Amino acid sequence: MMLRGLWKLTWIEIKIFLREPLGAFGTIGFPVLIFLAWGRVASRRLAPSSLAASSFIRVDIPVFASLLIAISAVLSLVTIISIYREGGILKRLRATPLRPQTILTAHVLVKLMLTAASLALMVLAGKRYYPVGVHVPLFSFTIALLISTWSILSIGFLIASIVPTARFAQPIGAMILYPMIAVSGLFFPVEFLPPVLHAVARLLPLTYAVALLQGIWNGDPWSAHLGDVAGLVLVFVVCAALSAKVFRWE
Amino acid sequence: MHPVIQVSGVRKSYGRTVAVDEVSFEVNEGEIFGLIGPNGAGKTTTMECIEGLRTPDRGTIAVLGLDPFRDVYKLQERIGVQLQQAQLQKRIKVWEAVDLWASLYQKKKADGEHLLALLGLADKRDAWFMNLSGGQKQRLFIALALINDPEVVFLDELTTGLDPQSRRAIWELVRGIRDRGKTVFMTTHLMEEAERLCDRVAIIEHGRIIDIDSPVRLVDRHCPERTVALTTEDPIVAERFRAIPGVDAVICNGKRITIRGPGYDLVTEVIHCLSENHIRVTDFRTILPNLEDVFLKLTGRSIRE
Repeated sequence: MMLRGLWKLTWIEIKIFLREPLGAFGTIGFPVLIFLAWGRVASRRLAPSSLAASSFIRVDIPVFASLLIAISAVLSLVTIISIYREGGILKRLRATPLRPQTILTAHVLVKLMLTAASLALMVLAGKRYYPVGVHVPLFSFTIALLISTWSILSIGFLIASIVPTARFAQPIGAMILYPMIAVSGLFFPVEFLPPVLHAVARLLPLTYAVALLQGIWNGDPWSAHLGDVAGLVLVFVVCAALSAKVFRWE
Repeated sequence: MHPVIQVSGVRKSYGRTVAVDEVSFEVNEGEIFGLIGPNGAGKTTTMECIEGLRTPDRGTIAVLGLDPFRDVYKLQERIGVQLQQAQLQKRIKVWEAVDLWASLYQKKKADGEHLLALLGLADKRDAWFMNLSGGQKQRLFIALALINDPEVVFLDELTTGLDPQSRRAIWELVRGIRDRGKTVFMTTHLMEEAERLCDRVAIIEHGRIIDIDSPVRLVDRHCPERTVALTTEDPIVAERFRAIPGVDAVICNGKRITIRGPGYDLVTEVIHCLSENHIRVTDFRTILPNLEDVFLKLTGRSIRE
């Protein structure tokens, strides 16, 4: 059976992740800290009543922090996969009845759980920064963030395939992923970008992730964002197919 | 004896480098079979093709009647594998690794805790992998290779990097595996290890198999010379040894005399000569050639180079 060992491997990987306090804090804590710092500064400096301030505090900061959560989960995946490859751990796991896809699925599950945990932490820690009276559909938003993370994780596997050694995994991953935020439409609409960048933005999963996260946070129904979900699924399908071709186990 | 591993005409190259070239051999049930040769000779590539981790460019392989490529998951159920230079997750605990591995197999399993005890790891069951010594890591990998009570066990450079004491302990373990009726397929570049452990060995160099047989027969076939070294006060004795039929060389170095010649009878002839001539010796030893000498003879170079 394909799923043999999946839950056990996933559970062990979660425990292993938590046993490295610095890495666990960096991945979960960093986006939450950014969120808190920004929220605090923004709510002090900007007049709370202004429309710009309200939209910035209310939507952009949580969405930005959520994106950071997704990206740090992906960077963590890239790093772990390249360390596991370099150390021969992937190869050792393959020399068992474990299917390769089970090994990778376990890591995706760990990262999705991590994402959900970080989001919960962020929401709890940031309760005081949400303007009173705004009702955020947290459940839908969690699903939206998980879909976004899952889609970006497929890019993580592509990056993990091309990084030569574990040492370069984190910096190369960051160099590829963070610039995507700039053109994702988070801070200004994609339509305002020059045509070339606009076209690039249309190809990047973060653009769809931002549109989906902003919309759901604002209370849009899912039906308004089927296109974004389709975009994220398409990115996953393409990247997963490419990874299956170029992924290296050793 | 029926073969559990059949390798026929296997070839594998990486780019332009031919790692394994027309390799054929059979491994019988219940034996320890060693693939021996220097580093880079093609041992690991051959083994990984048999384990189903690599696909050969040409040739056929059958393990327990299965095709390692097509039936890889069926095969993994029935074999145990220890890879060269493998690692586990740094912070995985010993018992977690054993528990995970045990959960991966469908068929009846060996008792994990019992295996850990057998391998002297019982008091390390809660230790992280990264905190184990080299010998403990190797023993854990042996435990993982045995967890599914496999019919064939693959051991790749099992004792490389271990101190002599751990090495001997692990040799005992491998003999124990065979004594429980398993087949062991191993690689090593340590001739002493092959000589002490293997029932049969295949000598491989530059991806080609040069000869296959038991260590004793390989030595007899390729290095039939015997050497006797003795020490005596008797000054004229060298002439007597030269008169023995079949002696190739007598080398005198002060009181120390070395006598060399082919065949089993050399030692008897020398002893006979000593007693007939009432020669008193203060030291007497025979030097037998070993696999190391066989390798040197067959390849023209030492395996240690």
